[in-house]
Amino acid sequence: MATKPDFSQEVSNLLYASEGNPLKRCIQCGTCSGTCPVAGFMDLTPRRLIAMINAGLKDEVLASNTFWCCASCYHCTVRCPSNIDIAEAMYALKRYSMWKNQYQEGLIGPIFSETFVKMIVKSGRSYEPVLAPTYIFSYGIREFFQEAYTATNLMLKGRLPVLPPRIKRLENFRRMIGRIIPLGDLT
Amino acid sequence: MKQYAYFPGCSLEKIALSYHLSAIETTRKLDVELKELDDWNCCGATAYFHVDELLAYTLCARNLAMAERVGLDLVAPCSGCYKNMYFTSAHLQRDPDLAEHVNFALEEDNLHFSGKTAVRHLIEVFVNEVGLDEIKSKVSHPLRDLRVIPYYGCQILRPRKDHENVEEPQFFEGLLSAIGADPVDYPHKLRCCGGSLIITNRLAALSMVRNLLQSAVDCEAAVIATACPMCQVNLECYQQQINQEFGTKFFMPVVYFTQLVGLSFGIPPKRLGIGSELVSATPVLSWIQKSKQEN
Repeated sequence: MATKPDFSQEVSNLLYASEGNPLKRCIQCGTCSGTCPVAGFMDLTPRRLIAMINAGLKDEVLASNTFWCCASCYHCTVRCPSNIDIAEAMYALKRYSMWKNQYQEGLIGPIFSETFVKMIVKSGRSYEPVLAPTYIFSYGIREFFQEAYTATNLMLKGRLPVLPPRIKRLENFRRMIGRIIPLGDLT
Repeated sequence: MKQYAYFPGCSLEKIALSYHLSAIETTRKLDVELKELDDWNCCGATAYFHVDELLAYTLCARNLAMAERVGLDLVAPCSGCYKNMYFTSAHLQRDPDLAEHVNFALEEDNLHFSGKTAVRHLIEVFVNEVGLDEIKSKVSHPLRDLRVIPYYGCQILRPRKDHENVEEPQFFEGLLSAIGADPVDYPHKLRCCGGSLIITNRLAALSMVRNLLQSAVDCEAAVIATACPMCQVNLECYQQQINQEFGTKFFMPVVYFTQLVGLSFGIPPKRLGIGSELVSATPVLSWIQKSKQEN
Protein backbone atom coordinates (compact mmCIF):
# COMPACT_ATOMS: atom_id res chain seq x y z
CA MET A 1 0.00 0.00 0.00
CA ALA A 2 1.31 3.43 -0.87
CA THR A 3 2.03 5.69 2.07
CA LYS A 4 1.76 9.45 1.93
CA PRO A 5 5.02 11.19 2.94
CA ASP A 6 4.73 13.37 6.02
CA PHE A 7 5.54 17.09 5.83
CA SER A 8 9.13 16.68 6.97
CA GLN A 9 9.74 14.05 4.29
CA GLU A 10 8.03 16.24 1.71
CA VAL A 11 10.39 19.12 2.50
CA SER A 12 13.40 16.79 2.52
CA ASN A 13 12.33 15.45 -0.87
CA LEU A 14 12.48 18.98 -2.25
CA LEU A 15 16.20 19.03 -1.49
CA TYR A 16 17.29 16.46 -4.02
CA ALA A 17 20.60 18.11 -4.91
CA SER A 18 21.62 18.72 -1.31
CA GLU A 19 23.88 16.27 0.41
CA GLY A 20 22.84 17.15 3.93
CA ASN A 21 20.93 15.00 6.38
CA PRO A 22 17.12 14.93 6.57
CA LEU A 23 15.44 17.44 8.89
CA LYS A 24 14.50 14.56 11.19
CA ARG A 25 18.13 14.47 12.32
CA CYS A 26 17.78 17.89 13.99
CA ILE A 27 18.83 17.78 17.66
CA GLN A 28 17.28 21.17 18.47
CA CYS A 29 20.58 22.66 19.64
CA GLY A 30 19.72 26.13 18.28
CA THR A 31 23.08 26.79 16.61
CA CYS A 32 21.16 27.89 13.49
CA SER A 33 19.04 30.41 15.39
CA GLY A 34 22.07 31.73 17.25
CA THR A 35 23.98 32.13 13.99
CA CYS A 36 21.22 33.55 11.79
CA PRO A 37 21.66 37.30 11.14
CA VAL A 38 17.94 37.68 10.33
CA ALA A 39 16.49 35.64 13.21
CA GLY A 40 15.25 38.80 14.92
CA PHE A 41 12.92 39.49 12.01
CA MET A 42 11.47 35.98 11.77
CA ASP A 43 8.10 34.91 13.24
CA LEU A 44 9.72 31.59 14.14
CA THR A 45 13.43 31.00 14.59
CA PRO A 46 15.01 28.38 12.30
CA ARG A 47 15.30 25.90 15.20
CA ARG A 48 11.64 26.27 16.04
CA LEU A 49 10.63 26.05 12.41
CA ILE A 50 12.46 22.75 11.97
CA ALA A 51 10.81 21.35 15.11
CA MET A 52 7.41 22.37 13.76
CA ILE A 53 8.12 20.80 10.37
CA ASN A 54 9.09 17.59 12.12
CA ALA A 55 5.89 17.79 14.16
CA GLY A 56 3.91 18.07 10.91
CA LEU A 57 2.51 21.54 11.66
CA LYS A 58 2.31 22.38 7.99
CA ASP A 59 -0.17 25.27 8.02
CA GLU A 60 1.61 27.05 10.88
CA VAL A 61 4.95 26.64 9.11
CA LEU A 62 3.65 27.93 5.78
CA ALA A 63 1.98 30.88 7.52
CA SER A 64 5.32 32.07 8.96
CA ASN A 65 7.61 34.59 7.30
CA THR A 66 10.71 32.66 8.40
CA PHE A 67 11.87 31.10 5.14
CA TRP A 68 11.14 34.25 3.14
CA CYS A 69 13.36 36.13 5.62
CA CYS A 70 16.29 33.84 4.84
CA ALA A 71 19.03 35.76 3.01
CA SER A 72 20.71 32.50 1.87
CA CYS A 73 23.95 33.30 3.70
CA TYR A 74 24.46 29.61 4.58
CA HIS A 75 25.96 30.42 7.96
CA CYS A 76 23.58 27.96 9.64
CA THR A 77 24.38 25.29 7.04
CA VAL A 78 28.13 25.31 7.63
CA ARG A 79 27.67 25.25 11.40
CA CYS A 80 24.90 22.67 11.85
CA PRO A 81 26.33 19.81 13.97
CA SER A 82 23.76 17.43 12.46
CA ASN A 83 24.89 18.38 8.98
CA ILE A 84 21.46 19.56 7.85
CA ASP A 85 21.56 21.97 4.93
CA ILE A 86 19.25 24.45 6.62
CA ALA A 87 19.57 27.25 4.04
CA GLU A 88 18.60 24.77 1.31
CA ALA A 89 15.63 23.71 3.43
CA MET A 90 14.56 27.37 3.46
CA TYR A 91 14.83 27.39 -0.35
CA ALA A 92 12.75 24.21 -0.44
CA LEU A 93 10.06 25.86 1.68
CA LYS A 94 10.06 28.90 -0.59
CA ARG A 95 9.48 26.66 -3.59
CA TYR A 96 6.88 24.63 -1.73
CA SER A 97 4.95 27.72 -0.65
CA MET A 98 5.02 29.16 -4.19
CA TRP A 99 3.97 25.85 -5.66
CA LYS A 100 1.06 25.54 -3.19
CA ASN A 101 0.39 29.27 -3.50
CA GLN A 102 0.22 29.38 0.29
CA TYR A 103 2.33 32.05 1.93
CA GLN A 104 1.97 34.91 4.36
CA GLU A 105 0.12 37.87 2.93
CA GLY A 106 2.11 41.01 2.17
CA LEU A 107 5.46 39.32 1.53
CA ILE A 108 7.49 40.82 -1.31
CA GLY A 109 9.73 37.76 -1.79
CA PRO A 110 7.36 35.50 -3.76
CA ILE A 111 6.28 38.22 -6.21
CA PHE A 112 9.84 39.45 -6.61
CA SER A 113 11.14 35.96 -7.39
CA GLU A 114 8.38 35.25 -9.88
CA THR A 115 8.93 38.57 -11.66
CA PHE A 116 12.67 37.95 -11.73
CA VAL A 117 12.29 34.55 -13.38
CA LYS A 118 9.81 35.91 -15.95
CA MET A 119 12.27 38.72 -16.75
CA ILE A 120 15.08 36.22 -17.37
CA VAL A 121 12.87 34.02 -19.54
CA LYS A 122 12.09 37.08 -21.68
CA SER A 123 15.57 38.54 -22.07
CA GLY A 124 18.19 36.22 -20.53
CA ARG A 125 19.61 39.06 -18.43
CA SER A 126 18.63 41.03 -15.36
CA TYR A 127 17.32 44.60 -15.69
CA GLU A 128 16.62 46.39 -12.42
CA PRO A 129 13.80 48.74 -13.58
CA VAL A 130 11.55 45.73 -14.31
CA LEU A 131 11.88 44.64 -10.70
CA ALA A 132 11.09 47.94 -9.00
CA PRO A 133 7.27 47.69 -9.26
CA THR A 134 7.33 44.39 -7.33
CA TYR A 135 8.25 46.21 -4.14
CA ILE A 136 8.11 49.97 -4.50
CA PHE A 137 4.31 50.20 -4.13
CA SER A 138 4.36 48.31 -0.87
CA TYR A 139 6.57 51.02 0.64
CA GLY A 140 5.35 53.91 2.73
CA ILE A 141 5.84 57.45 1.41
CA ARG A 142 9.13 57.97 3.27
CA GLU A 143 10.69 54.71 2.07
CA PHE A 144 9.41 55.38 -1.44
CA PHE A 145 11.23 58.70 -1.61
CA GLN A 146 14.37 57.29 -0.02
CA GLU A 147 14.44 54.55 -2.63
CA ALA A 148 13.75 57.01 -5.45
CA TYR A 149 16.56 59.22 -4.18
CA THR A 150 19.04 56.32 -4.14
CA ALA A 151 17.94 55.31 -7.65
CA THR A 152 18.37 58.88 -8.93
CA ASN A 153 21.88 59.09 -7.50
CA LEU A 154 22.78 55.76 -9.07
CA MET A 155 21.38 56.97 -12.38
CA LEU A 156 23.46 60.16 -12.18
CA LYS A 157 26.57 58.09 -11.57
CA GLY A 158 25.74 55.99 -14.62
CA ARG A 159 25.09 52.91 -12.52
CA LEU A 160 21.56 52.08 -13.72
CA PRO A 161 20.85 50.69 -17.17
CA VAL A 162 18.67 52.67 -19.54
CA LEU A 163 17.88 49.92 -22.03
CA PRO A 164 17.14 46.33 -21.08
CA PRO A 165 19.96 44.01 -22.13
CA ARG A 166 19.14 40.76 -23.91
CA ILE A 167 21.08 37.75 -25.03
CA LYS A 168 21.60 36.96 -28.73
CA ARG A 169 20.33 33.40 -29.04
CA LEU A 170 17.10 34.18 -27.28
CA GLU A 171 14.94 31.80 -29.34
CA ASN A 172 17.15 28.82 -28.50
CA PHE A 173 17.26 29.99 -24.90
CA ARG A 174 13.48 30.01 -24.58
CA ARG A 175 13.11 26.62 -26.25
CA MET A 176 15.72 25.33 -23.79
CA ILE A 177 13.66 26.62 -20.86
CA GLY A 178 10.56 25.15 -22.49
CA ARG A 179 12.07 21.71 -22.02
CA ILE A 180 12.15 22.32 -18.26
CA ILE A 181 9.03 24.32 -17.41
CA PRO A 182 5.87 25.16 -19.38
CA LEU A 183 6.16 28.65 -20.82
CA GLY A 184 2.71 29.15 -22.30
CA ASP A 185 2.81 31.68 -25.13
CA LEU A 186 6.36 32.84 -24.39
CA THR A 187 8.03 30.44 -26.83
CA MET B 1 49.27 34.63 -20.85
CA LYS B 2 46.71 32.70 -18.83
CA GLN B 3 43.17 32.89 -20.18
CA TYR B 4 39.80 32.43 -18.51
CA ALA B 5 36.21 32.39 -19.70
CA TYR B 6 34.96 35.50 -17.94
CA PHE B 7 31.37 35.50 -16.70
CA PRO B 8 30.77 39.13 -15.64
CA GLY B 9 27.17 38.63 -14.48
CA CYS B 10 24.37 41.18 -14.79
CA SER B 11 25.55 43.52 -12.02
CA LEU B 12 28.89 44.20 -13.66
CA GLU B 13 27.21 45.57 -16.76
CA LYS B 14 26.00 48.67 -14.93
CA ILE B 15 25.60 48.96 -11.18
CA ALA B 16 29.03 47.38 -10.60
CA LEU B 17 30.72 48.58 -13.77
CA SER B 18 33.66 49.77 -11.69
CA TYR B 19 34.28 46.16 -10.59
CA HIS B 20 34.37 45.11 -14.24
CA LEU B 21 36.73 47.93 -15.26
CA SER B 22 39.10 47.31 -12.37
CA ALA B 23 39.03 43.53 -12.91
CA ILE B 24 40.07 43.97 -16.53
CA GLU B 25 42.75 46.58 -15.74
CA THR B 26 44.36 44.66 -12.89
CA THR B 27 44.34 41.21 -14.50
CA ARG B 28 45.95 42.68 -17.61
CA LYS B 29 48.87 43.82 -15.45
CA LEU B 30 49.11 40.29 -14.09
CA ASP B 31 49.28 38.72 -17.51
CA VAL B 32 45.82 37.20 -17.18
CA GLU B 33 43.24 37.57 -19.92
CA LEU B 34 39.56 37.56 -19.00
CA LYS B 35 37.79 36.63 -22.23
CA GLU B 36 34.13 37.45 -21.86
CA LEU B 37 31.93 34.44 -22.45
CA ASP B 38 29.91 35.09 -25.60
CA ASP B 39 26.15 35.37 -25.08
CA TRP B 40 26.20 34.48 -21.38
CA ASN B 41 22.89 34.53 -19.49
CA CYS B 42 21.93 35.53 -15.94
CA CYS B 43 22.97 33.01 -13.26
CA GLY B 44 19.59 33.31 -11.57
CA ALA B 45 20.73 35.03 -8.38
CA THR B 46 18.59 33.52 -5.63
CA ALA B 47 15.30 33.92 -7.46
CA TYR B 48 15.47 30.91 -9.83
CA PHE B 49 16.11 28.67 -6.86
CA HIS B 50 12.99 30.01 -5.16
CA VAL B 51 10.90 28.98 -8.13
CA ASP B 52 12.35 25.87 -9.74
CA GLU B 53 15.59 24.11 -8.91
CA LEU B 54 15.89 22.28 -12.21
CA LEU B 55 15.42 25.49 -14.18
CA ALA B 56 18.08 27.15 -12.02
CA TYR B 57 20.61 24.41 -12.80
CA THR B 58 19.79 24.50 -16.51
CA LEU B 59 20.34 28.24 -16.79
CA CYS B 60 23.69 28.02 -15.00
CA ALA B 61 24.67 24.95 -17.02
CA ARG B 62 24.23 26.88 -20.27
CA ASN B 63 27.09 29.18 -19.23
CA LEU B 64 29.23 26.27 -18.05
CA ALA B 65 28.68 24.45 -21.34
CA MET B 66 29.73 27.54 -23.30
CA ALA B 67 32.92 27.86 -21.22
CA GLU B 68 33.59 24.19 -21.89
CA ARG B 69 33.22 24.78 -25.60
CA VAL B 70 35.97 27.43 -25.59
CA GLY B 71 38.05 25.14 -23.38
CA LEU B 72 38.63 27.60 -20.54
CA ASP B 73 37.95 27.66 -16.81
CA LEU B 74 35.11 29.97 -15.84
CA VAL B 75 35.76 33.00 -13.65
CA ALA B 76 32.97 34.91 -11.89
CA PRO B 77 33.68 38.19 -10.07
CA CYS B 78 30.29 38.09 -8.28
CA SER B 79 30.03 35.78 -5.28
CA GLY B 80 26.40 34.94 -6.07
CA CYS B 81 27.19 33.94 -9.66
CA TYR B 82 30.22 32.02 -8.44
CA LYS B 83 28.25 30.02 -5.88
CA ASN B 84 25.51 29.18 -8.39
CA MET B 85 27.96 28.11 -11.10
CA TYR B 86 30.14 26.18 -8.69
CA PHE B 87 27.32 24.13 -7.23
CA THR B 88 25.57 23.57 -10.53
CA SER B 89 28.78 22.09 -11.86
CA ALA B 90 29.30 19.99 -8.71
CA HIS B 91 25.73 18.67 -8.61
CA LEU B 92 25.64 17.84 -12.32
CA GLN B 93 28.93 15.97 -12.08
CA ARG B 94 27.71 13.95 -9.11
CA ASP B 95 24.25 13.20 -10.43
CA PRO B 96 24.16 11.73 -13.97
CA ASP B 97 20.34 11.74 -14.01
CA LEU B 98 20.25 15.45 -13.30
CA ALA B 99 22.94 16.04 -15.94
CA GLU B 100 20.98 14.03 -18.50
CA HIS B 101 17.86 16.05 -17.87
CA VAL B 102 19.73 19.36 -18.09
CA ASN B 103 21.61 18.25 -21.22
CA PHE B 104 18.30 17.39 -22.87
CA ALA B 105 17.31 21.05 -22.46
CA LEU B 106 20.75 22.35 -23.50
CA GLU B 107 20.37 20.55 -26.85
CA GLU B 108 18.01 23.34 -27.87
CA ASP B 109 20.99 25.69 -27.85
CA ASN B 110 23.36 23.07 -29.30
CA LEU B 111 25.26 22.84 -26.04
CA HIS B 112 26.41 20.02 -23.80
CA PHE B 113 27.69 19.95 -20.23
CA SER B 114 30.29 17.35 -19.33
CA GLY B 115 31.95 18.98 -16.35
CA LYS B 116 35.35 19.77 -17.86
CA THR B 117 35.38 23.40 -16.76
CA ALA B 118 36.50 24.47 -13.30
CA VAL B 119 34.66 27.38 -11.68
CA ARG B 120 36.60 30.08 -9.86
CA HIS B 121 35.88 33.31 -8.09
CA LEU B 122 37.94 36.26 -9.31
CA ILE B 123 39.63 36.67 -5.93
CA GLU B 124 40.78 33.02 -6.17
CA VAL B 125 42.48 33.85 -9.45
CA PHE B 126 44.41 36.61 -7.70
CA VAL B 127 45.27 34.66 -4.57
CA ASN B 128 45.73 31.10 -5.81
CA GLU B 129 46.30 31.18 -9.56
CA VAL B 130 48.45 34.30 -9.91
CA GLY B 131 49.77 34.21 -6.35
CA LEU B 132 50.69 36.86 -3.82
CA ASP B 133 54.40 36.97 -4.74
CA GLU B 134 53.55 37.85 -8.33
CA ILE B 135 51.09 40.50 -7.15
CA LYS B 136 53.68 41.96 -4.76
CA SER B 137 56.16 42.26 -7.61
CA LYS B 138 53.73 44.50 -9.52
CA VAL B 139 53.02 46.89 -6.63
CA SER B 140 54.50 50.30 -7.36
CA HIS B 141 52.32 52.33 -4.98
CA PRO B 142 51.85 50.31 -1.77
CA LEU B 143 48.77 51.36 0.19
CA ARG B 144 50.89 51.87 3.28
CA ASP B 145 49.03 51.80 6.61
CA LEU B 146 45.63 52.06 4.92
CA ARG B 147 43.22 50.30 7.27
CA VAL B 148 41.14 48.09 4.99
CA ILE B 149 38.42 45.66 6.05
CA PRO B 150 38.59 42.35 4.19
CA TYR B 151 34.85 41.81 3.89
CA TYR B 152 34.35 38.27 2.67
CA GLY B 153 30.56 38.21 2.86
CA CYS B 154 28.91 34.85 2.39
CA GLN B 155 29.04 33.02 -0.83
CA ILE B 156 32.75 32.94 -1.61
CA LEU B 157 33.05 30.59 1.35
CA ARG B 158 29.59 29.28 2.03
CA PRO B 159 28.24 26.72 1.58
CA ARG B 160 31.56 24.97 2.01
CA LYS B 161 32.99 24.05 -1.40
CA ASP B 162 35.87 21.86 -0.40
CA HIS B 163 37.81 21.67 2.84
CA GLU B 164 38.46 25.39 3.11
CA ASN B 165 38.40 27.22 6.41
CA VAL B 166 34.93 28.75 6.53
CA GLU B 167 35.20 30.17 10.06
CA GLU B 168 38.59 31.93 9.98
CA PRO B 169 39.77 32.42 6.41
CA GLN B 170 42.87 34.57 5.85
CA PHE B 171 43.33 34.81 2.07
CA PHE B 172 41.70 38.25 1.73
CA GLU B 173 43.96 39.59 4.50
CA GLY B 174 46.92 38.09 2.66
CA LEU B 175 45.96 39.87 -0.55
CA LEU B 176 45.56 43.21 1.24
CA SER B 177 48.94 42.78 2.93
CA ALA B 178 50.50 42.00 -0.45
CA ILE B 179 49.47 45.43 -1.75
CA GLY B 180 50.90 47.10 1.34
CA ALA B 181 47.61 47.79 3.13
CA ASP B 182 46.85 47.08 6.77
CA PRO B 183 44.04 44.47 6.93
CA VAL B 184 41.70 45.18 9.83
CA ASP B 185 40.81 42.37 12.21
CA TYR B 186 37.08 42.79 11.63
CA PRO B 187 34.79 40.55 13.67
CA HIS B 188 31.99 40.64 11.09
CA LYS B 189 34.00 39.82 8.01
CA LEU B 190 31.85 36.72 7.35
CA ARG B 191 28.53 38.25 8.34
CA CYS B 192 25.85 38.55 5.66
CA CYS B 193 25.09 41.94 3.98
CA GLY B 194 21.44 41.00 3.61
CA GLY B 195 21.64 40.17 -0.08
CA SER B 196 18.32 40.51 -1.87
CA LEU B 197 16.54 41.21 1.42
CA ILE B 198 17.40 44.83 0.66
CA ILE B 199 14.40 44.57 -1.67
CA THR B 200 12.23 41.87 -0.14
CA ASN B 201 12.71 42.77 3.54
CA ARG B 202 14.13 46.27 3.59
CA LEU B 203 14.21 46.89 7.32
CA ALA B 204 15.94 43.58 8.05
CA ALA B 205 18.63 44.25 5.45
CA LEU B 206 19.17 47.85 6.54
CA SER B 207 19.60 46.69 10.14
CA MET B 208 22.11 44.06 9.10
CA VAL B 209 24.15 46.59 7.14
CA ARG B 210 23.94 49.11 9.97
CA ASN B 211 25.56 46.55 12.29
CA LEU B 212 28.32 45.92 9.77
CA LEU B 213 29.00 49.63 9.31
CA GLN B 214 28.97 50.34 13.05
CA SER B 215 31.47 47.58 13.61
CA ALA B 216 33.63 48.98 10.77
CA VAL B 217 33.63 52.39 12.47
CA ASP B 218 34.45 50.81 15.83
CA CYS B 219 37.44 49.13 14.18
CA GLU B 220 38.63 52.51 12.88
CA ALA B 221 38.68 51.27 9.33
CA ALA B 222 39.31 53.68 6.46
CA VAL B 223 37.56 51.60 3.83
CA ILE B 224 35.74 48.30 3.32
CA ALA B 225 36.94 46.06 0.49
CA THR B 226 34.44 43.66 -1.09
CA ALA B 227 34.54 40.91 -3.67
CA CYS B 228 30.85 40.95 -4.54
CA PRO B 229 28.58 43.54 -6.21
CA MET B 230 25.64 42.68 -3.94
CA CYS B 231 27.73 43.41 -0.83
CA GLN B 232 29.06 46.62 -2.37
CA VAL B 233 25.59 47.91 -3.24
CA ASN B 234 24.07 47.05 0.13
CA LEU B 235 26.97 48.46 2.15
CA GLU B 236 27.53 51.57 0.05
CA CYS B 237 24.47 52.63 -1.94
CA TYR B 238 22.15 52.14 1.02
CA GLN B 239 24.32 54.02 3.54
CA GLN B 240 22.30 57.17 3.15
CA GLN B 241 19.01 55.31 3.70
CA ILE B 242 20.54 53.75 6.82
CA ASN B 243 21.55 57.16 8.10
CA GLN B 244 18.00 58.41 7.55
CA GLU B 245 16.38 55.33 9.02
CA PHE B 246 18.51 55.05 12.16
CA GLY B 247 19.85 58.59 12.62
CA THR B 248 23.44 57.43 12.13
CA LYS B 249 26.19 59.36 10.36
CA PHE B 250 28.05 56.72 8.44
CA PHE B 251 30.37 57.80 5.69
CA MET B 252 32.34 54.64 5.02
CA PRO B 253 33.79 54.11 1.54
CA VAL B 254 33.20 50.61 0.14
CA VAL B 255 35.29 49.58 -2.86
CA TYR B 256 36.11 46.42 -4.78
CA PHE B 257 39.34 44.64 -3.94
CA THR B 258 40.34 45.03 -7.58
CA GLN B 259 40.16 48.82 -7.24
CA LEU B 260 42.61 48.75 -4.34
CA VAL B 261 44.90 46.34 -6.18
CA GLY B 262 44.73 48.67 -9.20
CA LEU B 263 45.69 51.70 -7.10
CA SER B 264 48.67 49.83 -5.70
CA PHE B 265 49.71 49.04 -9.29
CA GLY B 266 49.65 52.76 -10.06
CA ILE B 267 46.63 52.56 -12.39
CA PRO B 268 44.83 55.93 -12.56
CA PRO B 269 41.68 55.90 -10.33
CA LYS B 270 39.39 56.82 -13.20
CA ARG B 271 40.34 53.72 -15.17
CA LEU B 272 39.39 51.65 -12.12
CA GLY B 273 35.92 53.17 -12.08
CA ILE B 274 36.65 55.22 -8.96
CA GLY B 275 34.35 58.24 -8.92
CA SER B 276 31.08 56.37 -9.40
CA GLU B 277 30.55 55.77 -5.66
CA LEU B 278 27.65 57.26 -3.73
CA VAL B 279 29.90 57.43 -0.67
CA SER B 280 32.97 59.18 -2.01
CA ALA B 281 36.24 57.24 -2.05
CA THR B 282 38.20 60.51 -2.06
CA PRO B 283 39.42 60.10 1.56
CA VAL B 284 41.05 56.83 0.50
CA LEU B 285 42.74 58.46 -2.48
CA SER B 286 44.01 61.39 -0.41
CA TRP B 287 45.38 58.99 2.21
CA ILE B 288 47.32 57.16 -0.47
CA GLN B 289 48.52 60.47 -1.93
CA LYS B 290 49.66 61.66 1.49
CA SER B 291 51.49 58.47 2.37
CA LYS B 292 53.26 58.63 -0.99
CA GLN B 293 54.54 62.14 -0.27
CA GLU B 294 55.71 61.16 3.20
CA ASN B 295 57.77 58.29 1.88
